[in-house]
Amino acid sequence: MDLNGGNHPVSDSLRVENLCHSFVDAGTSVDVLKGVSLEARSSEITSIAGPSGCGKSTLLYLMGLLDRPCSGKIFMNDVEVQDLNDIDRTRARNESIGFVFQFHFLIKELTALENVRLPLLKSGTDRSTADEKSIGLLNDLGLKNKSHRPAYKLSGGEQQRVAIARSLANSPKYLLADEPTGNLDSKNSDGVFELLLQMAQSLNLSVVLVTHNEKLAGRADRRFIMKDGLILA
Amino acid sequence: MLCLELAWRFIIARKRPMLLSLSGIVFGVAFFVLTQAQTSGFEQFFIRTILGTNGAIRISDQFQDNVGTVEKVDQDGKVEFLFHSREDSLYREGVDQPALIYEALKDYPEIMGVSEIIEGNGVLNTGSRKSSIEIKGIRWVDHAQASDLISQIIDGSIDEFAADQMAVLLGSRISQRLNLKVGDRVRLIGGTGNLHLRVSGIFETGVSQIDKNRIYLHMGTARSFLGRFSGGSVFQVALKNPNRAPAIAQQLQNVLNHRAVSWQEREKVWLDVFKALRVSSGITVSCILLLSGLGIFNVFAILVIEKTRDIAILRSIGFSPQDVSAIFLWQGAILLSAGVFVGSLFGYAGTFLISVIPLRIRGIFSTDNFVVNWDLDHYLMAATIALFFVSFATWIPARRASKVEPAKIIRETL
Repeated sequence: MDLNGGNHPVSDSLRVENLCHSFVDAGTSVDVLKGVSLEARSSEITSIAGPSGCGKSTLLYLMGLLDRPCSGKIFMNDVEVQDLNDIDRTRARNESIGFVFQFHFLIKELTALENVRLPLLKSGTDRSTADEKSIGLLNDLGLKNKSHRPAYKLSGGEQQRVAIARSLANSPKYLLADEPTGNLDSKNSDGVFELLLQMAQSLNLSVVLVTHNEKLAGRADRRFIMKDGLILA
Repeated sequence: MLCLELAWRFIIARKRPMLLSLSGIVFGVAFFVLTQAQTSGFEQFFIRTILGTNGAIRISDQFQDNVGTVEKVDQDGKVEFLFHSREDSLYREGVDQPALIYEALKDYPEIMGVSEIIEGNGVLNTGSRKSSIEIKGIRWVDHAQASDLISQIIDGSIDEFAADQMAVLLGSRISQRLNLKVGDRVRLIGGTGNLHLRVSGIFETGVSQIDKNRIYLHMGTARSFLGRFSGGSVFQVALKNPNRAPAIAQQLQNVLNHRAVSWQEREKVWLDVFKALRVSSGITVSCILLLSGLGIFNVFAILVIEKTRDIAILRSIGFSPQDVSAIFLWQGAILLSAGVFVGSLFGYAGTFLISVIPLRIRGIFSTDNFVVNWDLDHYLMAATIALFFVSFATWIPARRASKVEPAKIIRETL
């Protein structure tokens, strides 16, 4: 599998077509996505907004290959990826996709630096290169002096920035952010959004941002609103 | 290595439960080593004693085939048994042609020593006390090679015995009972008459049955006393590798047509007792390891539940299910390695301390201290049992961890 272009036209977009997904809850099948199509382009922030339970997080996890859709297609770099085997999906998550979650999800036993370098070490980067790159990312995100601090000793905003640094460690093409500001105050929320915007433009990232925050969603380059498993606009 | 590093970080972040799990393995391994060292220590000591006293193989009477002595006959539907008389069969007590057997055995590559022995009974009389004894007539040079007789002499010496054809070596309990010392004179009654013997040495095998009944005489003196001037002897054989005694005994029996009994067959009752003790203590102590395995299972099962969110994160950044599983298996491996290492050290130290505990035993062997056996196999066996339980205890949670669906966990966390 080649998500970096190969013989395909290079578009670095993340596209879904007619994506459907359902969960079985207490023996009843619940349709969460009912044929969603959208495209996230490089150097842009694409926001997906909507009420709780409308399926926006589910859509994000499907786009990030954390789950498999019931039907529909997912394209990365115009390569169809929804049916990839587990090994290729795992590799794609490591090399091409970065995730940022609402609760930052750092591994609390590790320091900020160790959290950031995890994806690099997993992809086979040697330790000194991984450290150098991770420290560079932490510096860029204003955490220069906190790289050796245990994750649990960082503030909420700092932890979210470490999570963003980790998501960028392997220079992914796609950054998928699920309510990244949901747990932050307005000042920190603005800071994180600015950071994502800056990263998208400087690193040619396709950023997909799932958020409740109408204000932030409105600032995205492309904006989708979901309701009941469907894209409304 | 990344999975190992994460495993280590997860372990040191949970010191208390991990130390509890570790202590289970440590004590399990240490107790296993200790109990095996004790039980097999006494067993090995017993084996050394009986090998040093009675040899690895005893070749005695000419082999008698029992086939044909009892016959089943059907007559008109009735079954009858006929017992044939042995009156016509030729029976010779002991080895028929000792010189030939000796020559045949001497050059056998696996045999370390061969001693011809003439056996009989008599009564030792000091004038004031009498004691029935079992006579062993030996050629001391041969017998020294087929037994530990020289090292078993606790008073007097083999040289004194060698220098006097009328010398006698007494078992320690006989000398105590008859109040005889080296240099004393004693009368041997029975057989063809009386013999006046001089006590040249006192030996102690540790086997009380031997020490209170056995005396050694020179072969010629014994034959003369017992009136058996040729044949009728038995052979005691020492082997380079006593563990091969059953196979060699069988081989000798087939070739020589004389009854050959290995020490394993001869001492089967005691060996079975030791084996039962060893297995019993092994099973008992394995239960400690089983319990520690259950403890580890609990700790890891809880750990997997606690770490489901981290597992989901690891999966989202490119860790495969196998990587996740490896992180937990490495944790088990770290605990196992540390537990086996520390447990072995404790076991080793404990075995040493036990070996210096004073304990006087006279009966089936003689010792003044607790007997232990230093055997690497005990440590390997303890490690294997610990490996089995710990593997099982970590494999199930590790497998569960590898099956964590990242999307589901993240969704449920939000």
